[in-house]
Amino acid sequence: MNFFAVLARVITIAAAALFAISASAAIDPQAIRDLAFGESDAKLKAIGALAARGDPEALPLLQALLDGDIQTVGEDQVLLVKGGGATELLSGKTVSSLPESRDDIVINNRVRKGLGTAIAALKLSAPSRAVRLAAAKELQSGTDEDMLPAISDALARETDAEVKELLTLTRASIQLASTDKTTRRAAIRALGDSSSPSTKTLLLGVLEKKGDSFAEPDPELRAEAEKSLRAVEGRLAKGEMLGRVFSGVSLGSILLLAALGLAITYGLMGVINMAHGELIMVGAYATYVVQNLFRKYAPGAFDLYLLCAVPVAFATAGVVGMALERSIIRFLYGRPLETLLATWGISLILIQSVRTIFGAANVQVENPSWMSGGIEAVSGVVLPWNRIVIIGFAALVLLAMWLLLTRTRLGLFMRAVTQNRAMASCTGVPTRRVDTLAFGLGAGIAGLAGCALSQFDNVGPNLGQGYIVDSFMVVVLGGVGQLAGTVYAALGLGIVNKFLEAWSGAVLAKIAVLVFIIFFIQKRPQGLFALKGRFAET
Amino acid sequence: MSTAFVPVQALAGPRSLRLLSAGGWSFYTVAAVMLFIVLPVLHLVVPPDSALHLSTYWVTLIGKIMCYAIVALAMDMIWGYTGILSLGHGLFFALGGYAMGMYLMRAIGRDGVYQSDLPDFMVFLDWKKYPWYWSFTEHFWYAAVLVVLVPGLVALVFGFFAFRSRIRGVYFSIITQALTYAAMLLFFRNNTGFGGNNGFTDFKRILGFPITAPQTRMALFVITGVALLGFLLIARWIVTSKLGRVLTAIRDAETRVMFCGYNPVYFKLFIWTVSAVICGIAGALYVPQVGIINPSEMSPANSIEIAIWTAVGGRGTLIGPVLGAAAVNLGKSWFTKAFPEYWLFALGLVFILVTLFLPRGIAGLWTKTKKRI
Repeated sequence: MNFFAVLARVITIAAAALFAISASAAIDPQAIRDLAFGESDAKLKAIGALAARGDPEALPLLQALLDGDIQTVGEDQVLLVKGGGATELLSGKTVSSLPESRDDIVINNRVRKGLGTAIAALKLSAPSRAVRLAAAKELQSGTDEDMLPAISDALARETDAEVKELLTLTRASIQLASTDKTTRRAAIRALGDSSSPSTKTLLLGVLEKKGDSFAEPDPELRAEAEKSLRAVEGRLAKGEMLGRVFSGVSLGSILLLAALGLAITYGLMGVINMAHGELIMVGAYATYVVQNLFRKYAPGAFDLYLLCAVPVAFATAGVVGMALERSIIRFLYGRPLETLLATWGISLILIQSVRTIFGAANVQVENPSWMSGGIEAVSGVVLPWNRIVIIGFAALVLLAMWLLLTRTRLGLFMRAVTQNRAMASCTGVPTRRVDTLAFGLGAGIAGLAGCALSQFDNVGPNLGQGYIVDSFMVVVLGGVGQLAGTVYAALGLGIVNKFLEAWSGAVLAKIAVLVFIIFFIQKRPQGLFALKGRFAET
Repeated sequence: MSTAFVPVQALAGPRSLRLLSAGGWSFYTVAAVMLFIVLPVLHLVVPPDSALHLSTYWVTLIGKIMCYAIVALAMDMIWGYTGILSLGHGLFFALGGYAMGMYLMRAIGRDGVYQSDLPDFMVFLDWKKYPWYWSFTEHFWYAAVLVVLVPGLVALVFGFFAFRSRIRGVYFSIITQALTYAAMLLFFRNNTGFGGNNGFTDFKRILGFPITAPQTRMALFVITGVALLGFLLIARWIVTSKLGRVLTAIRDAETRVMFCGYNPVYFKLFIWTVSAVICGIAGALYVPQVGIINPSEMSPANSIEIAIWTAVGGRGTLIGPVLGAAAVNLGKSWFTKAFPEYWLFALGLVFILVTLFLPRGIAGLWTKTKKRI
């Protein structure tokens, strides 16, 4: 035998000894004696007593008993056999050489069952959540009425929601199988208070028809189950509804970010900027670059990169926008259709530039750690943090836009030019400068949208193309010149889209929305909120 | 400052009301001789190793470009002459193509990979029979009717609602873009029954003739040429008629046309539908020559490209868009072979430069130099 094997053995024995001593220290020797030498009734009583005390140290003892690791020698030694050595449980002494004449403790089925129940109950009161969860899961399959008191006790103590729900379900399914009508009734009623999808399965099981007879013979109870089922379904539907409204608002906030800039430039200059989507893409790539810089030079502050990326994305897209306005779009005012084509050309060039610089494949933009995860609003509906942050971000951008438009001089000028360019010019508004700034502002907001999008969408050269048609639709639906129209249109389209999606699939939902818009502008060609004023077109 | 208040730039209208000038007719004769005699002889009779032989590559390319030229012509009627920029003409083109494609798929018969009566993609979806909208498509005449009817009806219904509510300018452009985008999404679905992503391909024969045989190819080529020359004449006839003058008036001052007692809705609807039907026919001629039709033909980018062909050639002239379509597409096939990564730069620059510096396109350049001489 080599040295390491010896060492390992010594360690095992020592550990077993320590374990046994600590386990037996608190346990009454009489209980051990009963477990080892008593008749089945005495054994069950002792097991029950140990379980009732909720003593965590009883768990290894009972487990060992169940596994057959406890043996008796004569009438006065109880050995816990582990590895090559053993511990004498009554005295707590380590026995190094195992006696030849050891007897197994006889455990009949009744005792075995009692042991199982007691072990599960002890596990359910363990301090560690993981142990409790595992025990609760184990209980789900194959338990009977004997476990009921233990589960009820555990339920009363339990604080963790997940474990609690598992236990509630287990208890209910045990009770549903009971022969006692009142127990079943209580279980059915209790299930009605739950809001988990598995409850629904349980209740459906009650109502199931097997051949000619129902799973639940009593019609009164079936009616009761129906009622509970409706209550659960109602709650589930509410949760689902909440989830859908949330994802609708989330989509709406993204559409809002994407469309705000477009609405400004269109309202102000009558120019449809087909490169708007690519300005969004520029913002997303700016975020990507900032992320890489942080990773390289300040990995410790990586979680803060997004805060830095927001102004960078705004500025980059804004500068690109102003440069485009100065160099190209300025010369096309009064020719909106040509502007449309020229800006499309710009978008092609931007796409190809990004492909040349960053490659045609998507790039990886990571969420900062504080944006991962989510909060569970109701059971089963998790609202991810990155979506919540983006909704908040869109609201902030909207607020800033509103302040800018209503509280600053530039905003006043912008509104004036939107309403009547010629008159604004006559009263001394520098319309040309306002145009450039407004275009830069619209582009900057597109950049912000790109920064937000980078947090959950693929960042690639085609990022902008996916959003351009949708944001046009927001502008068409919302009308121009007022923030309110854009907000209502974006949120409305987002929510309607998500609801239709659940009903008919994503593609048909999109088509339905487009058809809806085409019919909507029959009634209101100027969008939801048209500027009121007197002017003849051309 | 001045450009901002120019109402709508005055584009050249037809100066004479004759169908064609003497020069025009001689151009026609030359084009017809080229198309119907010279090119077929070069392709079919001249041996392949001769320097004068016209390769299959060129026949397909020229045939394709003629289809595009028809589309550009249709675009010119609606944009150049009536001032309505459609960003959805790719849809009508693709609808015509799909209608023809349905017949071509049926004509494959049992020669598909799965040797089934159904097209391969339907076997793949585990469909047992044709959906109702595929009925009768095994008859060529019915497919030909569909080629005209489907784009025509779509345009008629959409146009009626759009023009009635006086959607115009960029609003109309955006809505048409949304229309073709929605259709593209619809056709991308496998369950729509048009082959999803892959569309229709692997055609075997048309009217019993093998589709890749040089003679069939040449026949399709000549038919496309006839269509192009025919549509040029029809377009010329429309724009020189009284109706054409009203269209030009609508382009230049729609409100005034209304005040004069015309109802622009029906004029617009007419030319819009005609334009869509012509596009559909072009699509139907395109599919057997190129051998594939898929939903990417409906992508918004394709439709905008049609507009640039027209703009490059010169709006408001009929021959311009034909030349524009040829120039841009020849450039494209050269660029995508020589410098594939720079094609988008080039196309983007064409968009910008043409709108900035060449508002009347190649044709405008021609008349300008002619005047100077």
